[in-house]
Amino acid sequence: MTQPNVTLFIQCLVDSLLPETGDAMVSVLERLGVRMHYPPDQTCCGQPAFNSGYRNEAAKTARRFLDIFENSEAIVCPSGSCVHMVRHHYLELFRDDPVLLDRACRVGAKTFEFTEYLVDVLGVTDPGTQLGSRYDGTVTYHDSCHLSRGLGIRRQPRLLLENVPGLTLVEMDDSDRCCGFGGTFSVKYPEISTALADDKVQTILATGAGAVVGCDVSCLMNIKGRLSRLGSHVRALHIAEILAGEGK
Amino acid sequence: MQQNSDKTYSELSRDAIGDEDLHAAIRMVQNGMGKGAQAMWRDEITPEHRRLAKEARLRTLNNLDAVLATLAEKIRARGGHVYFAATAEDARNYCLEVARKNNVRLAVKGKSMTSAEIGMDPLLEENGVEVVETDLGEYIIQLAGEAPSHIIAPCIHMNRKRIGKLFQEKLGIPYSEDPPTLTRAARKALREKLLGADMGISGCNIACAETGHVCLVSNEGNIRMCTTMPKVHVALMGMERVTATLAEHDMLLRLLTRGASAQKVSTYVSFMGGPRQPGETDGPEEFHLVIIDNGRMKMLADPRFREVLSCIRCGGCLNICPVYGRIGGHAYNGTYCGPIGAVLMPLLEGVNKHADLCRGESLCGACKDICPVHNDLPRMLSELRYMLAYGDEKWGVEPVDGAEACAFKAWGAAMSSRTAYDLLVKAGRIVQVPFVKNGVLGKGVGPLAKWTASRDFPPIAKKTFAERWKTDHAKRLNGADNE
Ligand code: SF4
Repeated sequence: MTQPNVTLFIQCLVDSLLPETGDAMVSVLERLGVRMHYPPDQTCCGQPAFNSGYRNEAAKTARRFLDIFENSEAIVCPSGSCVHMVRHHYLELFRDDPVLLDRACRVGAKTFEFTEYLVDVLGVTDPGTQLGSRYDGTVTYHDSCHLSRGLGIRRQPRLLLENVPGLTLVEMDDSDRCCGFGGTFSVKYPEISTALADDKVQTILATGAGAVVGCDVSCLMNIKGRLSRLGSHVRALHIAEILAGEGK
Repeated sequence: MQQNSDKTYSELSRDAIGDEDLHAAIRMVQNGMGKGAQAMWRDEITPEHRRLAKEARLRTLNNLDAVLATLAEKIRARGGHVYFAATAEDARNYCLEVARKNNVRLAVKGKSMTSAEIGMDPLLEENGVEVVETDLGEYIIQLAGEAPSHIIAPCIHMNRKRIGKLFQEKLGIPYSEDPPTLTRAARKALREKLLGADMGISGCNIACAETGHVCLVSNEGNIRMCTTMPKVHVALMGMERVTATLAEHDMLLRLLTRGASAQKVSTYVSFMGGPRQPGETDGPEEFHLVIIDNGRMKMLADPRFREVLSCIRCGGCLNICPVYGRIGGHAYNGTYCGPIGAVLMPLLEGVNKHADLCRGESLCGACKDICPVHNDLPRMLSELRYMLAYGDEKWGVEPVDGAEACAFKAWGAAMSSRTAYDLLVKAGRIVQVPFVKNGVLGKGVGPLAKWTASRDFPPIAKKTFAERWKTDHAKRLNGADNE
C-alpha cells in the first residue's frame, strides 16, 4: 500500500488552547506511517461565526479554508464539530454559488474526523498492537452532538477504546445528551449551559470512571471546566491522548 | 394562554433552573416519553416510514390551497360552516360572533393551543362568556391562572401537592394528594360545566381533506363531550394541520401518538365532520371550522421555513431537548415552547421579539432526530440567527446586537490571516497572565467572565500547535518529506 498522505486540520481551539491534543494525533498518525502535511496558514473553519448567524464572516473564513486545503489527499481533524462544519454547513454557506459549492463538496468528502479516519480509512481496529497504546483505568465516553448525530460517528471511537489494553469502557447514561457547550451559547446563556454541563457531570460521576473521553475538544473543555470547578479529579481526555498513551 | 412575562428568557430560565421539582418532573417525562419514542423509532417505525410521512406532509403543503378547498367543500356539504381567518383577530372575532348569535354564556374547551395563539379566551370573557378548559391538565392550570408549560402535558410543572392545594382552594374539597381523589374532584366539577355549556371549542390535531373531517386525540375522553354535548361546536385549526388523503392521515396519526407519548394509539380518537345529521342522536346542531393563517402563509412562501409547517405538534422535541429539560416551558414565554416553539414563536410574533429563543439553544440536533417528520429545527434556528445577525427585510428583522457584530467582524479579520491570528494569540498570552491560577483561568476574565463564573477555562498555551509543528514535529518527521 502506498503511504497515506494526510493534511492536518488543527482547529483554532486545539492550536491555541489544547495543542497537546494535536501532538497526540501526530504521534498516532506517525506510528501508522502516515505522511503528514501541516499548512501553516490555517486558522479556523468558521464554525463560531456560522453558529451565531454571522454567515458572511463564516463564508470568508470558509473560502480561505477551501483555498488552503483544496489540494490535499485527505484532511484529518481532531474535532467532530469542525468536520461537520466543513462537510455540511459549507454547503449551506455556498448554496447560491455553484462554483464554491462544488469545491466545498469535494473538500467535504475528503475531510475526516480523527477516529473516522483511523477506523474507516486506515482500518485500525487494534490500537494495542497497531499503535502500542495502553491505558490503565476505567473511562466513559461522551458522544458529542455534531459527531454522533451530525456525522453518525459512534462506533469508531468505541471500537478503538474497547481495544486499548488495560482500558475498561463503561457507558454513561444518555451519553449522547448535549454537554451544553454550543459555542457562543455557553457565553450568552451561561446558566443554561452550566445546568446542562451539570447533568453531564452527574452522569459521568455516576459511572465511577476515572476519565471521560471524547473526540471534540470543545465539549471536553466545557465538561472539564465544570468538573475542575466542582473540585472533581475525573479527567477529561481527547481520544488521541488515550491512543498515544503508553500507560496511565 | 400566552404568558407575556416581563422577565427575559435568561431570567425565566434562571428561575426554572433553581426549581428542583420542575427538573424532576420534566426528567420523568423525558425519560418516559422521550426515550419511549426513541425506542419506537428504533424498534418498530423505520426511518423510511418517517421519510415518507415527511414527503407526504411537504406534498400537501405544496398544494395547500387546493387541499384546504376540498376540506372546506366536504364539510360545507354536510352542513358545516368553514371560515378562513387571515389573522388572529379575524379568528377571535368570528368565534365571538358565533357565541353571540347563539347566546352563549358558557363555553367548554379542549385541545386547542391555537385558541391560545389567537388570544381567544380573554375576548370571550370580556364579552360575558365563561370559558372552561376541559382537558384535565389545562383545567388545572386555568384554575391556577397559569400558562401551559408543555405542548401535550400542559401542567407537568405542577406536582401533586400543588394541585392538591389548588383544588382545596378553588374547588373547596378537603386537601388530598391522591391522584384518583383529585381526578374525581375535577371530573365532578367538569361534568357540571360540560352539561351546562352552550358551546364547545376544540382544536384539531389533524384534518383530512379526502374525507372532510377533523380529528382529535386524547386520553381522557373529555374532548368527546366537549365537542358533542353543547349545541354549537367550533373547531380551530392552523391552516397547515391538514392531510390530503386518508392514507396520509393514518400515517401521521400513528406517528403523532408515538412521538407524543410513545403510545401506539391514544385512548380516544374523535373524528368530526359537521353538525348532527338527520337521524343521528348526538353531535352539535351547528359546526364551525375556523382555518387560521395568522402568519403561516408567510412561512409557506419562504423556502427556508416552509418545512416548519410539517410539524404535527406532538411535543416529541420537548421530550428530548436538554435545554427544555432544564428550563421548562414557561421560560419560552409564548404559546409554543421547546425547540418547536423556539422556531415557531419568532416566525409568528417577530424574530426580534423572540431573539432569545432563536439564540438560546445549543443546536445539539436531538430535536431533529426525534421528530416524527424529521423537522430540521436546528437548521431553521441557524437561519433565524442569520437574520438576526444582518437583518432581513422580508421578515422585518433588525440586526440585534451591535457589539456582537463588531466582535465577529474583528474575529473575521483575525481569522483571515495567520499573522493576525498569531498576534491575537500573543496578546491573549499577555492579557491572561494575572488570571491564570493552578493552570486554569479563574473567575472574571473579560469576555469570558460569564463562562468562568461557573467553569474553569484553559489558558492559551505557551506554544501553539503551529509553533510546535515548526520547532518539533516537522523536524522530527524528516523535514522536507513532511513539510
Ligand atoms: S417539531 Fe417535530 S417533534 Fe416537535 S412538535 Fe413538531 S412534529 Fe413534534
